[in-house]
Parts: sequence; structure tokens; C-alpha cells
Amino acid sequence: MSLSEAVALGLTEAEYGLIVERLGREPNQVELAMFSLMWSEHCAYKHSKKLLRTLPTEGPRLVLGPGENAGAVDVGDGWAVAFKVESHNHPSAVEPFQGAATGVGGILRDVFAIGARPIAVLDSLRFGEPTSDRSRYLLDHAVAGIGHYGNSIGVANVGGEVYFEGPYEQNCLVNALCVGLARRERLIRSAAAGVGNRLVLFGASTGRDGIGGASVLASAELGDADADKRPTVQIGDPFEEKKLLECSLELLDRGLLVALQDLGAAGLTSSSSEMASKGGVGVEIDVRRVPLREPGMEPFEIMVSESQERMLCVCEPDKVDAVLEVCARWDVGGTVIGEIIAEREMRILDGGEVVGRIPVEALVDDCPLYDLEPAPPAQPLYPAPPATIEPGLGVRETLLALLASPNLSSRRPLFEQYDCLVGSRTVRRPEQADAAVLVMPTGGAIAVAIDGNGRRVAADPYRGAVEAVLECASNLACAGAEPLGLTNCLNFGNPEKPHIAWQLTEAVRGLGDACRALDVPVVGGNVSLYNEGGEGPIYPTPVVGMVGEVPDPLHAGRSGFAREGDAIALVGPFRPSLAASELAKLRGEPLPDGLPEVDVAAVRAAQEAVRDFVRAGRLTSAHDVAEGGLLVAVAESCLAGGLGATLGLGDADEALLFGEGPGGFVVSGPDAALRELGERVEVRIIGRVDPGDLDVTVGGEAFEITLDALRHAHGALAELFA
Amino acid sequence: MKFGVLQFPGSCDDRDAVEACARVGDAVLLWHADRDLHGVDAVVVPGGFSYGDYLRAGAIARFSPVMESVIEFANDGGLVLGICNGFQVLTEAGLLPGALLPNTGRRFVCRQVDLEVVDADTPFTNLCAPGERLSIPAKHQTGRYHAPGLDPALVVVRYAAGHCFNGSQDDIAGVRNARGNVFGLMPHPEHAVDPLTGSVDGLRIFESMAAHVGAAHVAV
Repeated sequence: MSLSEAVALGLTEAEYGLIVERLGREPNQVELAMFSLMWSEHCAYKHSKKLLRTLPTEGPRLVLGPGENAGAVDVGDGWAVAFKVESHNHPSAVEPFQGAATGVGGILRDVFAIGARPIAVLDSLRFGEPTSDRSRYLLDHAVAGIGHYGNSIGVANVGGEVYFEGPYEQNCLVNALCVGLARRERLIRSAAAGVGNRLVLFGASTGRDGIGGASVLASAELGDADADKRPTVQIGDPFEEKKLLECSLELLDRGLLVALQDLGAAGLTSSSSEMASKGGVGVEIDVRRVPLREPGMEPFEIMVSESQERMLCVCEPDKVDAVLEVCARWDVGGTVIGEIIAEREMRILDGGEVVGRIPVEALVDDCPLYDLEPAPPAQPLYPAPPATIEPGLGVRETLLALLASPNLSSRRPLFEQYDCLVGSRTVRRPEQADAAVLVMPTGGAIAVAIDGNGRRVAADPYRGAVEAVLECASNLACAGAEPLGLTNCLNFGNPEKPHIAWQLTEAVRGLGDACRALDVPVVGGNVSLYNEGGEGPIYPTPVVGMVGEVPDPLHAGRSGFAREGDAIALVGPFRPSLAASELAKLRGEPLPDGLPEVDVAAVRAAQEAVRDFVRAGRLTSAHDVAEGGLLVAVAESCLAGGLGATLGLGDADEALLFGEGPGGFVVSGPDAALRELGERVEVRIIGRVDPGDLDVTVGGEAFEITLDALRHAHGALAELFA
Repeated sequence: MKFGVLQFPGSCDDRDAVEACARVGDAVLLWHADRDLHGVDAVVVPGGFSYGDYLRAGAIARFSPVMESVIEFANDGGLVLGICNGFQVLTEAGLLPGALLPNTGRRFVCRQVDLEVVDADTPFTNLCAPGERLSIPAKHQTGRYHAPGLDPALVVVRYAAGHCFNGSQDDIAGVRNARGNVFGLMPHPEHAVDPLTGSVDGLRIFESMAAHVGAAHVAV
């Protein structure tokens, strides 16, 4: 093979030289295909691995940390909760239905590959403004794809978030988080072991779909010729995956497996070589034995196909029959395709003929890692958004405009397309609380949330990333949960550009500092780079998912007001500003250069106080003040509970009414409870829950808005789907 | 009282149904390839996407070995409850009248809905009062009930006014066969059996079945 072919597959000249050096010869076609995938950004994390090593990964409840298919934390009584978030951005930008569907399929496999039953999915989506036809098309089809896959396989979709911002117009983001449940002792690692043990490929047959997905599609910028990349998008079949899931869990239940791994990016190549690398062994695979979907496939195609719904396991030779029997019971194809060998090499056969030999380390570990060359941008990267509201609106009209804005309006038209109930664990459904709450077999519960406001990270990569972690932890606190672990998906532009490298470096520094300040370990995650189109990079978007513990599900928090006469309070060290706020966006203001400093310790103390009072059943509702600010948060609590409120806000200025920043909570409860809460954290009583409208007095001005009017404004997104 | 919950490849709410049944009696899973119903007193055909719902929702499951036995069981008067995909399977099998068509909105919808008990004199609703409202979630994409010329006496539950999202004929949510021993509905009573995860109104369906079987045993 030649250098030009290597470059066409995404490798650099220097990388090709290194491959020749490691092999002591030029790679053949099979080997070059395998290297081009395994040394892609998507598989090798070559621009991010050094940064990721700075994140904290230790915690008292950690069971599995980064490096396995998914991380896991201990939830007591021998149970573990596995979770991970992953991106499927470029496939979704090219073919949104299948791209999003297979994104869900991929993250589900990561979770059951470690022996956990998937119990919940959350998704984090970013599109251009919904005024664009393309954005509405992408949103509609991505949501349909997520729903199709998750609903069909019977895993509850319990939450998520969507933002609409111009910089995602060309390059949407589709991140999916999966939560799984397993007995601790049942978790299985992916390290291959035992020379002579058999390699069994089971699940769907192998076709030409998704060839080069990880390299050509996931590790390059999007451009005009993307329609031509559609064949690199995989096609999903949730029914096949449902059988694969049940089959995999039964194989583990029966103790038949030594190791298990899913086939994702780079297919058979990455799954088998990573298993070999972790186990310190080699593998021999005969591509002639792989069941194919179409005739005439070349060995290199078989080795890198990203056909969906496939798993690879290692078992002892005398267990092969039993393994294949379980596969047959679930009507899942299973075939011995090779075995574990002592020589630490990937040996690829085509019938009797050796068609590829690569040292395992060369493929898995020797990809060069690059130092980023970060530099802050000399001038603003993102144009100011177009103004969508008129200047000089009063408080009432501003509140209604915010509620109706695409980023704040109700997500009901989207989440109603997802089954949030299957599995009988969902204690808090979407819009009932700031985090989804799922009951555990222990009798306790977990709360899960996913967050990441890219606009604020664009304004200040370090503080924006800190805020994303705080926001997620605040959402858990409102549900009564203490964070156990965090997973993240880093969605950024091209890291070879200094300003993107700077965004990435600063954001990872922020994530690490915030995690250390909250004592939350990072259990794993995913990096998606090269998210750029012709019009520039996306907003830097670190998406953060957290799992927390709620000891008593009967006291899981709610976001809606629920009792007339309750006092309403603004709680916490809330220092809002209009910088990079939703209101600033609606007014067409450019992004500020930097966000205000955050007292992370004070925010943590407020989270702990709110969490303790929710857990003790002392608060009727708790809701984090997020996008749109204080008045929007109060309106959301009114809508979630179907009750009104009377607020007296004195001479509060615009920044307090609509500004944003971490550390603020809107809570309701008996006066005595709020007085006691005030002994631990700043509490300012701002009103009372009543059965009527939302009545607000501020700065000598008074107005009321009926719940119907609030609901109408908040329902604005539905009109886009009419 | 022993319930048997069918398990097809692609069943999703099978374990949920077992848990719900287990609140009022014993419950076992019945494998799709096994003709033996293991002596159960009632069969539940659960929700999900049996065999991927390829071709048409419920169309393939209807031909499974276990369904041959369920059809025999129903024809002998055994109690059969079909939920969501199970309702679709029972109409495909001809055990219940009508058919389920794609929702008028063409989208999957998951929503807590109110049902009105139209007929409280069935083995599945005998503990309900006529006209009683039950809060039960519905979640499906193919739930528009269609049965031209249906005998109105066969309607067991209806969506309350404003609660039908799928375009069903006369807001019908569930129907029985003429003999009264087979009942299918689109909403999911097995997801309304625990105050922690929603309402408990769905439990009435399972309790009614247990009461009916209990009474029958006494009569024998």
C-alpha cells in the first residue's frame, strides 16, 4: 500500500511512517485499513488523551472507571449502576434517523457489554435555530430515531435536553447516555484471557455498512460532499439488539463467558484488538468464518465493517456448545471466528492464508498522542445571534418571550415520543423533577441528569465547563440526590486549530476542577472532535451526565409547586448576570468575553442544604434556577404543579429577574422549614403558592399572568411540529 | 391464582406484567416457542414489539407455538388479557374484534391518560364501578382502534373526554370478546400498580381477574 492511500484514509504522513517502522515493512490493505481506524481520533483519542488523564477518576463508590466499556458506581446491597454518555454527531448530521437510532444502540451495547441490564436512556441534542428547515428536519428525525430504537428495545428514555443555537446549524449534536443495572459480581471486563480460548462473534451478520465510519466520518470536519458519506452511516435494527441484549445477559447469567465486548467503531478490529491488549494476549481471526450479509466482501471490509448489533465474546473451548445453544434460543447467530493466541499479535486469516499480522501494541497503544497547541482566539469566534425580541419589553412580556423561546419552551412534544415507563422503575418522569428518578432493587433510588450549555462554554470555556458540572449537581440536589459519579462527552471543533485546542484545554480544566471541588469521580466518557462545518466550529459543548443516590424514593424531590400557602424562596449564593444569558441571546447581544467568577464551595454548600431538606421531606418543591433566570424558574414550578404564585420582588433589577449563574434554587415549603434552611444557606422569601395566577410585584409595577397564558407560551415548541 | 405472561422475542413489558400479576397472585413467564401453558389460570399477552413487529404489529406473534395454545385456552373459556402489543396480537389472532391502526398523528406517544370503565361486569373490571375513571399510562404508535359495525356491548373501557391521542373509533381503549373471557386494551394497567411509579388504578384489572378466578374456584 502507498502513502497516498494512507492519507486518503485519514492518516498523516508521519503516522504512516511510524506504521512502516513498527511493522518493519509496508502494511498491506488489511493492515492499513485496521491502522487507519484504530489510529483515528475517534478510536485513539490522540488529541484528547493527555487532557483526559488530568480528570479525577477515584471515588469511594467507584466500581469501574474509565477504560472499560462503561463506568460503574456502587449503589449498595451488592448492586452497581453502570453509565456512559457517547456521541453520534456526524452520522446524525448526515442521516439523522439512523444516526440517532444507532447512537442509542451503540451506547446500550456498551452498557450490556459489561453485564449490566440497560434501564434508562437520556439524550442531549443540539441543533441550529428551529427557524431553519434543516434544523427542524434533523430534530424531527433524530427524535424519531431515538424513540424508535429505545421504545422498540424496551429501555425507558427518562430525560434529556435540547438547545437550538446557530453554530450547530451545520453540525448537530446527538449524545446519548445509558444507565444500566447489575449485581456487582456479575460485571464483566473486556480483557481476553486463556490461550486456546475461543472467540465467538454473535448477533447480526456483517455487511458493508459503516465502513470507515470512525475515520472518514467521525474524525473529519463535515463538508459539502457529506451526502456521499451516507453509506458510512450504520443501519440499526432494535429487534436484533433486543435479542442480543437478552442473549448476552443470559450467557453471563450462566457463567459461560471469560470476556465480552461490543462491536462499535472500527468493528471487529477494535473489539478484538482491545480485548487482546487488555488481556496481554493475541488473537487469531479467520474472516472466512464471519457470517456475511453480502457476497464478495474483502477481508479488510470484514475487519472494519461497523454493522450494528454484534458482540464478541471469549469462552473456554468446552463451553462453545453451550454458548451457541443460548444464541440459538434467542435466534441470534453465533460463530466461532478465532481463538486467543500467546503471541501478542493480531493474526488475520482468510481461510488458511495469513492476510494480516500486526503487533497488538502497535495497533492499540502506539498511535502517537499529540500535544495541543492552545491559543485564545484573537477575535470573537461566533457572530452575535440575530435579535428575536424587540427592545424595551416590560417584565411581563420578557417573561413570556423567554418561556416561548426555543431553548426554554416545554420539551413535551419531544419526550412524549419516548417510553419513559418501561421497566417499572420511573419514580420521576420528565418535567416532574429536575432529574429523572429511578427506583433500585435495594429499595433506594438513583437520580440521573444530563446538562451542558454550550453558549456559556463559548463565552468562557473554563467557567462554562465548571457551570455545567454545577448545573448537573444542582439538578440532582433538587431531586434529593448526592452525586456518585460523572460521565462526559466532549463535543468540540477541530483540535488542530489553536483556538479550538484552547477551548478544549480550558473546558477540561474546568471539568476537572469542578469534579474535584464536588468530590465526584469521572467514570468514563467520550470525545467528539472535528465538529465544524463550512461556517465554523460548534459552540464548545462538554455534556455532563451524573448519577446520584436518593436514599428514599418516597422523598424524591419535585420541581412543581404542590401546596397552596407554601412560602416560595430563592435559595443559595445566586449572583446572576445577563452575560451569555438566554435573554441576552434573544436581544441579539454578542457573547461576552468571559463569565463572572463562581464560588464553587458556596454552591456546593447550597446543593447539600437543598438536598438534605428534600431528603427529609421538608420542602414541597425544589427547582434549579437555570436558563432564563429566576422568573422563568418560578413559572416552570407553577406549570409543573398547576398552581399559581404571588411574588413580591421589591426593587429587583433585570439581572436578578432574568440573569443566569449557578447556585440559585426556587423552593417551596412551610415557613418553618424555610426558616431552618436559612440557618444553612442564603434564603430569601419571595412569595407564596396560591391557586390562582402568577402575580408579580416588582419595582412598583404589578402584573399577573394566568396559568393558561404561561402554558400557551411554554408550549411554543409544539407549533413547530404542527 | 396463577398468571402466565407470554414472552416473545421483542416483548418489552413482560417483566413489568409479571411484577404486576405477582401483586395479586403467582406469575410465570411463558416462552413463545413452548406450547405448554403450565397450568395457568389466566394468560397475559404483554406489551412490546413482538418479533420486531415486522410486517404489522402483532402479525407474526399470532402464529407462534404458544399462541396456538392460548387460542385453545381462550376458546375453552380461559381468561386472556392483552395489553398494547398483546391487544394487537389478540386482534390479529381473531380472539378480539377489530384492528389497531397507526395513530392519526403518526407518532409514538407516551402519556398518562384517564379511562372510563364502560362495562364493570366483566372478569377484568368486576371491582370497578360503572363510569369509574382509571388513570393509566398509554404508550404506542399503533393504537387507533378500528372496528366498523362493532357491537357496542363489547366496549369495556373508553378514553375519557380529551384523553384519546390516537384517533380511536368512539374513543375506544379496550374491548372484550362476546363470551367475555378475552380482553384487550392499549393503555398499560401493569404500569399503574405502585404509587411510587405513578397511579395504582391499573391494579384493579389484575385484582378483578383474581377475584373472578377465585369466585370460579369456589363455585366448582
